[in-house]
Amino acid sequence: MNPRDHLQFAFTALRGARLRSGLMLLAMAIGVAAVVVLSALGEGARRYVVGEFSSLGTHLLIVLPGRNETTGGAPPLTSETPRDLTLEDAEALKRSRHVRLVAPINVGSAAVSWGGREREAVIMGATHEIYEVRHFTMAQGRFLPPGDVRHPQPVAVLGAKLKRELFGTQSALGERIRIGDRRFRVIGVLQEQGQSLGMNTDELAIIPVMAAQSLFNVNSLFRILVEAPSRESIEPAQRHVIATLKARHDGEEDVTVITQESVLATFDRILGALTMTVAGIAAISLVVAGVLIMNVMLVAVAQRTVEIGLLKALGAPRPVILRLFLTEAALLSLLGAAIGLAVGQASTALLRQLYPALPFAAPSWAIIAAVLVALGTGLVFGVLPARRAARLDPVQALARR
Amino acid sequence: MIRLQGIERIFDVGGQQVHALRQIDLDINAGDYISIMGPSGSGKSTLLNIIGLLDRPSAGRYLFEQHDITALSDDEQAQVRRERIGFVFQFFHLVSRLTAAENIELPLILSGMPPSQRRERVAQTLKAYGLGERAHHRPEQLSGGQRQRVAIGRATIIEPGLLLADEPTGNLDRASGHEVVEILEQLNARGITLLVVTHDPELGQRARRRLRMVDGAIVEDTSRST
Ligand SMILES: Nc1ncnc2c1ncn2[C@@H]1O[C@H](COP(=O)(O)OP(=O)(O)O)[C@@H](O)[C@H]1O
Ligand SMILES: [Mg+2]
Repeated sequence: MNPRDHLQFAFTALRGARLRSGLMLLAMAIGVAAVVVLSALGEGARRYVVGEFSSLGTHLLIVLPGRNETTGGAPPLTSETPRDLTLEDAEALKRSRHVRLVAPINVGSAAVSWGGREREAVIMGATHEIYEVRHFTMAQGRFLPPGDVRHPQPVAVLGAKLKRELFGTQSALGERIRIGDRRFRVIGVLQEQGQSLGMNTDELAIIPVMAAQSLFNVNSLFRILVEAPSRESIEPAQRHVIATLKARHDGEEDVTVITQESVLATFDRILGALTMTVAGIAAISLVVAGVLIMNVMLVAVAQRTVEIGLLKALGAPRPVILRLFLTEAALLSLLGAAIGLAVGQASTALLRQLYPALPFAAPSWAIIAAVLVALGTGLVFGVLPARRAARLDPVQALARR
Repeated sequence: MIRLQGIERIFDVGGQQVHALRQIDLDINAGDYISIMGPSGSGKSTLLNIIGLLDRPSAGRYLFEQHDITALSDDEQAQVRRERIGFVFQFFHLVSRLTAAENIELPLILSGMPPSQRRERVAQTLKAYGLGERAHHRPEQLSGGQRQRVAIGRATIIEPGLLLADEPTGNLDRASGHEVVEILEQLNARGITLLVVTHDPELGQRARRRLRMVDGAIVEDTSRST
């Protein structure tokens, strides 16, 4: 029996039992579509988070005060009061070839006002290094100038939204604004950038770090951002930072260094596992579809007993009968998988339309796995009915009407 | 062509043994026209099934065209059926989702013949049995006589040496039964070896050689010289 006749025979047999075939296709299609959509959701979430972190900048280390046993977690709850991070600490970190940039920052909130208008805003104290570390771009003017960190000029850079709220469409450059009880000259406006790691840079006002310290009346830093020159330098840079600060803090290791990579890797792992899990749960429905295929094929074998007996009388050997029924199961699985893929991809596309911020897309491993599992269960659960068909005794099969 | 020696067939029904065939010895020559008659349950179908390789004897020797056939595996026997033996059944056993032409084509498909050659053969066969107009009709759209003619077409399209018919007219009215018998006899006249199991004495009498079975044994074997 040549392969084309073989396929055609299996196909007409399926078409001969429309309702049955339709139901099996539906079951397979639902299973495959579920795998596609659920893995697309998980993958979308993973890509979203990874994307957020990547926007922070590459090769980044975040130094925060306090010891945290688990790396990559939330800011620590410490038993001993940790020593503050200072500007001197930040300056000390620069002395390594594994460190390219060091950006000390301070954060607080204060009222920002200009000509009668006033806004409560997040104030970030920083140095010009932050510009590169955070990948800022300017809409107008320039960023905080390099120079003597300890004797800064009273200048400020505004986020796009804050500028709009204070100045409307007017130019802000050169204007004097009031932040808290001090005056600053606006020297630049940031390009609209949006949310990045829970901080909306569009609503920020950035002033020199020393100015922020005196504004908030503190001597300590909120964070020190350290950028390593390359990926390979991240680890040595981390060791350098810890060793340097330990030496400066009387031999006590009281800082936490989070590398962007470790945070990323953790999220990547968690969300990857989540995706696998939901895809796996969805794959169970494929196995259920397989069991359904088996039952329906068993019914088909029972209903087509006479036909099988006839094929045997006409000289079809057992392997041919076996293959015919397996082909039917495989065709059902593949067709069901194809329909499921189409439906799944269409639903994913729809989700992308509805939530453009989230990059929903079924990963290719999920698609391949779904199709293989569909085909696999179809075949595995098709074997039993096919063998039953192949083993039928032709005399008894034909004795039935 | 066929030699049966001491063929026995014993069925085991719930621990009880049913002797369907006892010590059957039978020689069949190529081109014979044989009828098998006898009461219901006398073993006629069982004998036909064994001759047709659909069933295996419990004991005895079976030579088909000089080969000891009982030694062959199931799949080897299937090949002999595919190439040498045609069956016609009381209940036609057509595949209901296939058309007349497709039913007739089945043995050729199973033999792996390429589609271009098949089409010609199927068309010829349909014509030979007066089914030219019915090629694309499904079995349920055909009369009993037409269905049996499709079945005969299917049984003979491979040009087998042996045609086995188990009560081929049992489900037909007189007129179509007659038609079918005539077709079978024409086939025999062209050289095919024909075995017909029948209940109909008139039909049975037409055969050149008549076997009578009772209780699993051949009790009468009469030949008429033409
Ligand atoms: N598959 C079977 N299992 C058990 N007994 C059977 C089977 N086939 C036939 N028999 C028995 O064998 C005997 C002969 O049956 P069969 O050859 O069908 O008779 P006939 O065709 O002459 O009516 C009967 O007694 C029948 O009950
Ligand atoms: Mg019978």
